[in-house]
Amino acid sequence: MDRENQAAHPDVTASDFSRGDVTHTAVESAEPPAVVPAGRPAVKRHHWLVRLCHWANAILLVGMIASGLQIYNAYQRFGPRDMRYMVLNPVKLLHGTPSAPEWARLGGWLAGGLNWHFTLAWPFVLTGLLYLAYLALSGEWRSLLFRPRDIIPAAQMQLYYLRLRKAHPAQGKHNALQKAAYTSIVVVGALAVLSGFAIYKPVQLSWLTTLFGGYEYARYWHFVAVWVFVAFTILHVVLVFVVDPASLRAMITGWYRGRFPSHD
Amino acid sequence: MTRPQLDRRDFLRLGLVAGPVSLAAACGWDGGTAIEPRLRAFSRVNDWVGEHILQSNNRLAREYPVSQRTRDFPQYFVTRPQAPVPASEPWSLEVGGAVRKPVRLTMEMIQQLPRVTYTLKHHCVEGWTAIGTWTGVPLSSVLAMVEPTEKGRYLRLDSFDRDPGGRQYYNGWDLKSAMHPQTILAYAFNDQPLRAERGAPLRLYSPVKLGYKLTKYLTRITLTTDRPGGYWEDVGYPWLGGV
Repeated sequence: MDRENQAAHPDVTASDFSRGDVTHTAVESAEPPAVVPAGRPAVKRHHWLVRLCHWANAILLVGMIASGLQIYNAYQRFGPRDMRYMVLNPVKLLHGTPSAPEWARLGGWLAGGLNWHFTLAWPFVLTGLLYLAYLALSGEWRSLLFRPRDIIPAAQMQLYYLRLRKAHPAQGKHNALQKAAYTSIVVVGALAVLSGFAIYKPVQLSWLTTLFGGYEYARYWHFVAVWVFVAFTILHVVLVFVVDPASLRAMITGWYRGRFPSHD
Repeated sequence: MTRPQLDRRDFLRLGLVAGPVSLAAACGWDGGTAIEPRLRAFSRVNDWVGEHILQSNNRLAREYPVSQRTRDFPQYFVTRPQAPVPASEPWSLEVGGAVRKPVRLTMEMIQQLPRVTYTLKHHCVEGWTAIGTWTGVPLSSVLAMVEPTEKGRYLRLDSFDRDPGGRQYYNGWDLKSAMHPQTILAYAFNDQPLRAERGAPLRLYSPVKLGYKLTKYLTRITLTTDRPGGYWEDVGYPWLGGV
């Protein structure tokens, strides 16, 4: 399937995938988006629902993390009152103290942080469910879900990124590493929501809290999810600009005119 | 080979996204006069879900062995500089409002009622937990005694704890949480009579609420039709405070 897609676009050659080719293309940016450049047809890539959920999620995630850090600041440790779990705290590593900096917090004080967090949580969860429902019903999940058959292509892709392999492995809409990333971030999102419920209602949902190792650990896993999101987002944005800048426009307008036009 | 990239309109769209984000993230913003009241109003939706969907009075909080008690269980009151003591002796608890049989209970009467003792986990809104043993009478027994009318849908719990600004510590409770079998009027902590620092002579205790909902230094319990506020609830903390 991937091979066929590449054959259908003979202008996409191995040299096309080399890094040096990516950056200098300011010439065309003055053109209106509707004009299709010669030899590079625009393909419809993202449904409006996906784009809506993506950008809503980006905004909501910032709000959830910032209000979450405001809540965290009320008790900047992990473990019960008279015990301190010796766990990694990225705030301490990055900021020097366990206190989250003011610029990273939303809400002004604990009650403000709680009210932001518990309000934004609704659209955050609902857009997440909407996105998953769309993937399931449209069949789009096929190009995103990382499956066992993606393991070898993922290794090949990793070798390519490490410059240990010259040719860019064939791919469909996404390469195998992207599938791994987009699948696992959905799992992390689900874990963030579930651990959130576990510390929101540790008595009413005690079974859930127990699954996360009790209230204190559930609170920690909820906190760890933040750093997975932060790391994912940084890597995600860097890779968009370094590897496939056309994908940014595709996530805004829906139309893709980059170098990976297949849509398997 | 050329390739379409970002144009000015794309950057404009990006700006539209980034604008509200940076605005909201601007230095600890509580939402201002435009949004903050809306966030607080929305908090009522979460209160409703918390009370009617997530909470069940058949669900009991897990009990812990006495050996797991927290050594430095925090104390909290708003009176300064020392813990408050009852103004008039002898102390008594008034239970009234929308009830058929209002009563005034002395400590002797309260201690003669069937008591429960449990060791369980306390959840503070700040994010810490502590384990302690509490002894007292189930609030449901006292409510059965006074017989709330149909108009009694909420409880207002008053105290003699006052901050330096003169504001009294009080709480509003939903009847359902008040009827939870583990919601008690406590007069002992860790097998000792309650000390002034812990809310003596009588305080509310329950594992189904966050600590700020657990009124100490009780003076009066009033059944009300309208939802009472609370010391922290009035300034923005979630009203239900259920765990």
